[in-house]
Amino acid sequence: MTERAEIAVGIGPRAGWRVPWTLIVFLAVLSLPWIGSRYDVFLGTQIAISALFAMSLNLLLGTAGLVSFGHAAYFGLGSYACGILMKDAGVPFSLAFPAAGVIAATFALVFGFFCVRLTKIYFAMLTLAFAQIVWAICFKWNDVTGGDQGLPDVPFPDLAWLGALPGFQRFRIGELFFFVVLVLVAVSIAVLRRITDSPFGRVLTTIRENPERAAFIGVNVRAYELAAFTIAGGFAGLSGALFGIFNRGVFADFVFWSKSADVMIMTILGGMNHFWGPAVGALVLTLLNQQITAYTEYWPFVLGTILVVLLFVFPGGILGALDAALSRVWKRRHA
Amino acid sequence: MDAASLFSQFMSGLTTAMFLFLIASGLSLVFGVMRVLNFAHGSFYMLGAYIAWQIVQWLQPGPGRFWLAVLGAATGVAVLGAVVERLLFRLLYDREELYQLLFTYGLVLILGDAAKALWGTQQLSVSGPPVLGGGIELFGTIVPVYNLFIMLVGPAIAVAVWLMLTRTTAGRMLRAAALDREMLGALGANVGTLYTGMFALASFLAGLAGALVTPIQSIVPGMDVEIIVQAFIVVVIGGLGSFWGTFLGSVIYGQVLSFGILIFPGFSLFSVFALMAVILILRPWGLLGRPLR
Repeated sequence: MTERAEIAVGIGPRAGWRVPWTLIVFLAVLSLPWIGSRYDVFLGTQIAISALFAMSLNLLLGTAGLVSFGHAAYFGLGSYACGILMKDAGVPFSLAFPAAGVIAATFALVFGFFCVRLTKIYFAMLTLAFAQIVWAICFKWNDVTGGDQGLPDVPFPDLAWLGALPGFQRFRIGELFFFVVLVLVAVSIAVLRRITDSPFGRVLTTIRENPERAAFIGVNVRAYELAAFTIAGGFAGLSGALFGIFNRGVFADFVFWSKSADVMIMTILGGMNHFWGPAVGALVLTLLNQQITAYTEYWPFVLGTILVVLLFVFPGGILGALDAALSRVWKRRHA
Repeated sequence: MDAASLFSQFMSGLTTAMFLFLIASGLSLVFGVMRVLNFAHGSFYMLGAYIAWQIVQWLQPGPGRFWLAVLGAATGVAVLGAVVERLLFRLLYDREELYQLLFTYGLVLILGDAAKALWGTQQLSVSGPPVLGGGIELFGTIVPVYNLFIMLVGPAIAVAVWLMLTRTTAGRMLRAAALDREMLGALGANVGTLYTGMFALASFLAGLAGALVTPIQSIVPGMDVEIIVQAFIVVVIGGLGSFWGTFLGSVIYGQVLSFGILIFPGFSLFSVFALMAVILILRPWGLLGRPLR
């Protein structure tokens, strides 16, 4: 990642002027409620939330090289935490949202403590096992989580203040919530970017490339991995909190292992070696899902086929393939 | 709680255990040799059930119909497993385990929808063989004969596979492949064929379990993802890649589920997961597995 993106703040690095793509994309998406239909806004919200979920996973998958097959656990925990706080305890969104992240991160810290002691496939299985334990509890603990009935009717946050602003009066709660989601997701992604580019993130990449060598030069590999696991869990929890509200309910399905696999497909589809890969994956997969489910009920079949083709033909994902194609053109032109 | 109902719980737990063993043993075999957690193993089980139903529909009613269906289903699934291994899975051995995991998940999605397209979404059921109908009274409780049959099949398969692994050349090679695949190849063994055979065997066991379960459980979409989670718990408890560990894990799972219902009604599923959590924390390599390097 040679090019530092100018997230949120819009200030580029000193080395020459660059087009602030991140800011342009952010502003373009922000204008969606004015130019698009209500359904576009609905899709936009879903894509933004999925993008954050997938990017939180990619801190483990792409940056640290940790294959977590239980990332849905933290997404679901954040969902339940935010949903229960807002619906049953009447806590405002401004508190419930960060609380969801903290709770998910705490669980990630505890589970991660055991997981990072294992490597590779065993790590993947232990994360999967913990996620299934969380699922079993969510599925059965009727008094708190609603069991198999889930937690319906999670309220929207009170956004009357936003709707009262000039220019926003025509929007309903769905569109107002889109603005909230977009800003929170943008800020979260900016923080993830800072973390990825920080010395801490560089050490994670070192661990991914060669854990033995990292340990040899004095890096506490487990501590770094645990920190990454906790941070990723926290951001997954934040995305889950948003999704529970967006979905108007939290259900045990959020935690099921196939959900962990789905977010992984998103990440791989976009390209896990690129910071923005998971977001591209979220965009493409959500739009594709919307197109294909209009024609056939066999979406999983299509998804499975896409996945298999991806694994065999484009293991680098969409951005990886674009990268390769661009560099080929570049080479030909300068040959 | 009298002795008869305790015995009845015990027997029902044992039946569950033996089914789980048939499924989990294949999962454990593949993991032990190839170090791949095969999510599609549950799909093979589901296909076994559907194919058995299909064969029963095709055949005339007769004494051997059920057995032909079971054999046909297991063989069909074994062939499918071999084809998948040979044509696709083989290409991923040199890649990271992430790609292998996701490939098997892709198979889950594809096979699950294919089954829906072929057999619809309604519940299907197969009636068991008349020979094994009815029940026998044991210790004051009636045990279905079919369940007793399953309790015999489980250990029989266990012994057969164990003998294959320890007494035959192919079995020795499989165990060697689990330890060092490249060295085995360098010594002149045909590792590729060995892997295909092992994958076919594991698929055969999954198809067999799926076919045998049809008389006591209806065939529904979604049975694939449900069973793979249970099989996963069994192998985690017993020790991944450990053959007898899988057997022990199945028995423990069955009994904990069965008696868990008595102790925590409604939370028996949770008791199994709790057991798995404790084992993962104390012995992440499982009861009979070996510690990881």
